[in-house]
Amino acid sequence: MSVAPKREDYDVVVIGAGPAGLAAAATSAEAGLSTLLLDENIGPGGQVFRAISSTPVTERSQLGADYWVGAELVQALRASNAEIIHRATVWSLDRNLEIAVSIGGASAFVKAKRVILATGALERPFPIPGWTLPGVMTAGAAQTMLKSSALVPDGRTVIAGQGPLLWLLAAQILRLGGRIDRILDTTERGNYFAALPHAFAFLTSPYFAKGLSMMREVKAKVQVVSGVTELSASGDGQLASVSYVAGGKRETMPADLLLLHQGVVPNVNLAMAAGVEHRWDDLQLCWSPVLDASGNSTVPGIAIAGDGAGIGGANAAVVRGRIAARAAVEALAPAAVAKLAPMATLRSDLAKAERGRVFLDKLFRPAPQFRIPAGDTIVCRCEEVTARDVLDSVAIGATGPNQLKAYRRTGMGPCQGRLCGLTVTELMAQARGKTPQEIGYYRLRAPVKPITLAELAAVPKSEADVKAVVRG
Amino acid sequence: MFRRSEQDKRPPVQIFVDGVAVAARQGDTVSAALLASGCDARRATAVSGAPRLPYCMMGVCFDCLVTIDGVGNRQGCLVPVAEGMQIEIQKGKREIGR
Repeated sequence: MSVAPKREDYDVVVIGAGPAGLAAAATSAEAGLSTLLLDENIGPGGQVFRAISSTPVTERSQLGADYWVGAELVQALRASNAEIIHRATVWSLDRNLEIAVSIGGASAFVKAKRVILATGALERPFPIPGWTLPGVMTAGAAQTMLKSSALVPDGRTVIAGQGPLLWLLAAQILRLGGRIDRILDTTERGNYFAALPHAFAFLTSPYFAKGLSMMREVKAKVQVVSGVTELSASGDGQLASVSYVAGGKRETMPADLLLLHQGVVPNVNLAMAAGVEHRWDDLQLCWSPVLDASGNSTVPGIAIAGDGAGIGGANAAVVRGRIAARAAVEALAPAAVAKLAPMATLRSDLAKAERGRVFLDKLFRPAPQFRIPAGDTIVCRCEEVTARDVLDSVAIGATGPNQLKAYRRTGMGPCQGRLCGLTVTELMAQARGKTPQEIGYYRLRAPVKPITLAELAAVPKSEADVKAVVRG
Repeated sequence: MFRRSEQDKRPPVQIFVDGVAVAARQGDTVSAALLASGCDARRATAVSGAPRLPYCMMGVCFDCLVTIDGVGNRQGCLVPVAEGMQIEIQKGKREIGR
C-alpha cells in the first residue's frame, strides 16, 4: 500500500489534500496536466473534511451539511487523472521545485514544473499554565477523533477559548451524545466594539445564520461562562481541575478533559523552508506568505492556496485552490484554460467566500494574556522551555528566535516550532520593545518533518554527491 | 476520557499495547485507539520525563510519539492500526536502533 510516485517529473505537484489541495489537483488534472497530490493523512479531506471517505458517523446531520461538501470535492478529484498518494510526508521542497517525500519509511524524489502548497492551518498555540498535562488537548484534536473514529468526550469536559470552530465542535459533541460540562469563552469584551464596523459584511455572509443557530443549540444544553480573563489547568501527572477568572471572580472546577481553541494559523514550515517570504499579519497575529492575486509566492513556481495563504476558511480555500491551479494551467498549457472556469468568476467566488472574515478576525482576536505567557508556563512543549527561561535569555542577550535556539533549544524539538514559534516571536517582541516583524521567526530548513537517519542514508546518491563529501 | 458512539459499526482490530491485547476499530489511528482504550497511554518525555498524552491529533505536536512494531518515535496520530500491531508506550529517550 506504500506506493511511490509513478513518475519522476510532474507538471503540477499539490501538497496537502484538504479543501484547497483537492480543488487544485482536480482543476490541474482536468486541464490535462500531469498532477500528483501528496498528503500526509490516511485519507483525503485535510482537517475540515477529515475522514470524509471513511467516517463512522453515518447520521449526516450530526457533522453538518458543510462537512459533506468535502465528499463532492473528493469525487471530482477521483474522477480526474490526478495521482493521489496518502501517508506521504513531504520533508523537503527547494527552489528548483524538487520534492522529497517519505512514503512507508522510504524517500522518493519528484520534480515539478509548478508546486501548489495546500498545507493548511494548525491550531494557534494556547500556552496557559498546565497546557502540557495529559487530558489537555486542542478542540481540533477532539474533532479529529469525532470525525474519524466517532469518539466523544466521556468524563468531565471543559471547552475553553473562542472562535467558530469551538462552537461547531461543541454542537457536534452534543449531537453525538458526548459530554460537555462547561464552556469558557475567552473572547475579550472590547473585541465586540472593534468588530462592529465590519459587522455588515458578516451579517450578509452565510456564516452568520449558521453560527448563530449553532451557538443557540449549544447554549441550550451547556453552561457557558463568558468574559474569561484567566485560565489554567492543574493536576499531578494528569489533568484534575481547571481554574478560571470571569468578571473578577475565580472559580475552580474538577475536569478530566480540557479542550483548548483560540483560532488557527497558517502552517508555514514547508513554505518557509522553501524560501517563501512571509510577513507578520497584524490582524490575524501570525505569519502569512507574500502572494500575488493568483497565490504565487516569492519563489518562482511555488504557489500557496488555502489557509496556508492566510486564514480564510474552507470555502475560500476551495476557490484559492482553483485559482492557483488555473494560474498553473495558464503558464504551462495556455490552450487548456478554455476548459476551466474563467478567472473573473473565480475571483468573484473568492470575494464572496471571504466576506465577513475581517469581522471574525477582529471579534476572535485572542487576548494578549492567552498568547504571551509568563513565569513557569511552558512555551516550547518539546524542549520544555518556560516563559521565564525565554525572558532570562533575552536579558543576557538573545535577540530573536534563532539566537534563542542556542540559549534554550526552543523550536529544536520534533515539532520544529509549530507549537512555540508564534509565542516565542511575540514574547521576545514584547520583551525587547520590537514588532514581531522585526523579531522574525525561526529559520526553517529541510527535513521539515523528522525522518530516520537510515532513511536519509538510503537515499540514492550520485557520484557528484559522494565526491562532495569524501576526502582525497 | 473518550468513548465510542453506538453508531460506529466498523470491524474490530486487535492491537497490543505493551503486550496487552486492546480492541481497536478499523480506521482508528494508533493514538485514537489508545485514547479510546482507557489504558494508561501516557508517555514520558525525553527531556524531563514528564507524562504526556496526544495534544493535537493532526501530526503537529509530536506528543503522540510511540514505538510501533519496534520502530520508535512514530507519530501515533498518523498511523492507522493493523491487526496484531505491537505498540510500546515510550518512557524517556529512544535508544540507538529503535
